[in-house]
Amino acid sequence: MSNTVTQAPAHDDHHEAPKGLVRWLTTTNHKDIGTMYLLFALLMFFVGGAMALIIRLELFQPGLQYVQPEFFNQMTTMHALIMIFGAVMPAFVGLANWMIPLQIGAPDMALPRMNNFSFWILPFAFTLLLSTLFMPGGGPASGWTLYPPLVQQTGDALPFVILAIHLMGISSIMGAINVVVTIMNMRAPGMTLLKMPLFTWTWLITAYLLIAVMPVLAGAVTMLLTDQFFGTTFFHAAGGGDPVMYQHIFWFFGHPEVYIMILPAFGIISEIIPTFARKPLFGYDAMVYATASIAFLSFIVWAHHMFTVGMPLAGQLFFMFATMLIAVPTGVKVFNWTATMWRGAMTFETPMLFAIAFLFLFTIGGFSGLMLSIVPADYQYHDSYFVVAHFHYVLVPGAVFAIMAGVYYWLPKWTGHMYDETLGKIHFWLSVIGVNVTFFPQHFLGLAGMPRRIPDYATQFANFNMMSSIGAFIFGLSQLMFVYIIFKAIRGGAKATAEVWDSPKGLEWTVPSPAPHHTFDEAPQVK
Amino acid sequence: MSERPEVKTDEQATTSGHRSLVGKLLLMAGGMFAFGFALVPLYDVFCEVTGFGGRTNTEAAVVVERPDESRTVTVEFVATLGGFAPWDFEPAVTTMEVHPGRLYQTHYVARNRTSGELTGHAVPSVAPGSAARHFQKTECFCFTPQAFHPDEERDMPVVFIIDPNLPRHVDRVTLSYTFFAGQTVAGRTN
Repeated sequence: MSNTVTQAPAHDDHHEAPKGLVRWLTTTNHKDIGTMYLLFALLMFFVGGAMALIIRLELFQPGLQYVQPEFFNQMTTMHALIMIFGAVMPAFVGLANWMIPLQIGAPDMALPRMNNFSFWILPFAFTLLLSTLFMPGGGPASGWTLYPPLVQQTGDALPFVILAIHLMGISSIMGAINVVVTIMNMRAPGMTLLKMPLFTWTWLITAYLLIAVMPVLAGAVTMLLTDQFFGTTFFHAAGGGDPVMYQHIFWFFGHPEVYIMILPAFGIISEIIPTFARKPLFGYDAMVYATASIAFLSFIVWAHHMFTVGMPLAGQLFFMFATMLIAVPTGVKVFNWTATMWRGAMTFETPMLFAIAFLFLFTIGGFSGLMLSIVPADYQYHDSYFVVAHFHYVLVPGAVFAIMAGVYYWLPKWTGHMYDETLGKIHFWLSVIGVNVTFFPQHFLGLAGMPRRIPDYATQFANFNMMSSIGAFIFGLSQLMFVYIIFKAIRGGAKATAEVWDSPKGLEWTVPSPAPHHTFDEAPQVK
Repeated sequence: MSERPEVKTDEQATTSGHRSLVGKLLLMAGGMFAFGFALVPLYDVFCEVTGFGGRTNTEAAVVVERPDESRTVTVEFVATLGGFAPWDFEPAVTTMEVHPGRLYQTHYVARNRTSGELTGHAVPSVAPGSAARHFQKTECFCFTPQAFHPDEERDMPVVFIIDPNLPRHVDRVTLSYTFFAGQTVAGRTN
């Protein structure tokens, strides 16, 4: 490896690498692009988080205090779009960029220029999306699902929102193609598919999901656009269309999308738990097949999002049982993670704490999902705060905690410095308490009948809403610590060794920390 | 740096491998984009076959009367205005007791509330969905656009029949019309 280090400067001269801003604009290096994706996701996490805090501020007490209902609705819509497409997905793509080449022993991503392009689309897409807040009629306010006919009442913003979604889709598809080609064509000699690290595996499957469903979303929003401006009637009953059809097309995208946001998280957790339990992952093959089964099932359960629009009994039964079936491979995964920890020599560094919290809290989200899959129960829970609690449990302590776990786990590899463990643990405990105080009471609110996406509520919901808002501010503000810890580790700190942790498995731990600009110029041999 | 040339040939070899895989993946993305649009006609066919979404005939049906006196079904009539259409629009009667297999006639009343010429059209829907394809209309104002003079009020007839094959558990069928301003007729560009 010392070879690589001494070569690096000469290599840079050869490319006449530009400095400053131009370097970041023109870079084709997977590590640079990964860093940009991650920082962009972090920025969007705070933008979307600020919107969430506006929502929770308004809901702190019943009555209208701070914002108008129209603006409140824009906040719920934008919060979702930004967190999904701007924070969670780019964070996973950033981790994929950094870690997949390192995990499979490849020198870079397969298509480096497309990689640069797919990142640089994103700032434009989100500038466009955020700019709609200042347009006549305000930003989109119909919820992130953009159901017609409500969404057709959006003001001037609608075409801009649709264009922004197209751009995000193009970026995701290009990113996904890059991941597939890298994994299929650039694995080190000897690394067969069933020797790949699980983070790489889950990303391979996620990438296929992205390529399969992002174009369907593009089609759905294109139909909204032509309905609004070109006289088509895909979703207008007056012209023979059907607004319910939009829901089918949207959720054909939307359900695989939720697995796009969780499968890479499964991969990260499958990397972290064996390292800190000091045992190999229990049931590696089962993990791979479970991931693939979840991906397959995600295509045949979409209508469980729309039981209440009306559906033949046979349809309701099919979608109910298919949805419940997903609990089986997911249960296999939870079992395997637990079995990996069983009798392990566990230590509880920050990444492991986040991973364990993921395991516990994601499972709670999974169980409330099972409750929602029961058709007669869903008639009561639909569009209530119970649904809000459910998907925030799988997305915040699920996807977001996994991303944070991954960041703490690989940060020493990226920066060459250990992060501040004490601060990391404080960040963890504040986050885990904040998340539960925020979202657990929302289960009760939903069961008691509080609908989602409203700025005001009946007074019997006041106490739980106040708790939820307090939790949201604890969680939101404690994320400032996360930023501080990351930048502290970038600027300095204890030197990290190549292995960083106690004999972790994987090729990424064979390169020095920080990982040099170019790694695996010569492919390693995998036994 | 001495190994550069060798790396180059490697790169060329892998580039063609990349290109064919990228081609396939782009094809897959393009195919899924097309699939999104293909869902539209597929959904139409699905609705017409199953009655899903309350889809009912928008062209005159040809039927034979085979009355089943032993069975009585309640038919409810509902009228809704689409958007902010400037009409009065309501059914003449709100319910009827009918026997399956016999033709019945009723009418809706519509009035143009403006002082200008207006054309509108009605989009029918039947609930529950499982009854939709057993509910046939042989004559209906929903088959054609309806033109109104200023302030004109008019009776608009419907002749319908319920198929004796209506599932046994259905004893109540709702026929709903939504009246829209404009020319096009549901599902067809007459």
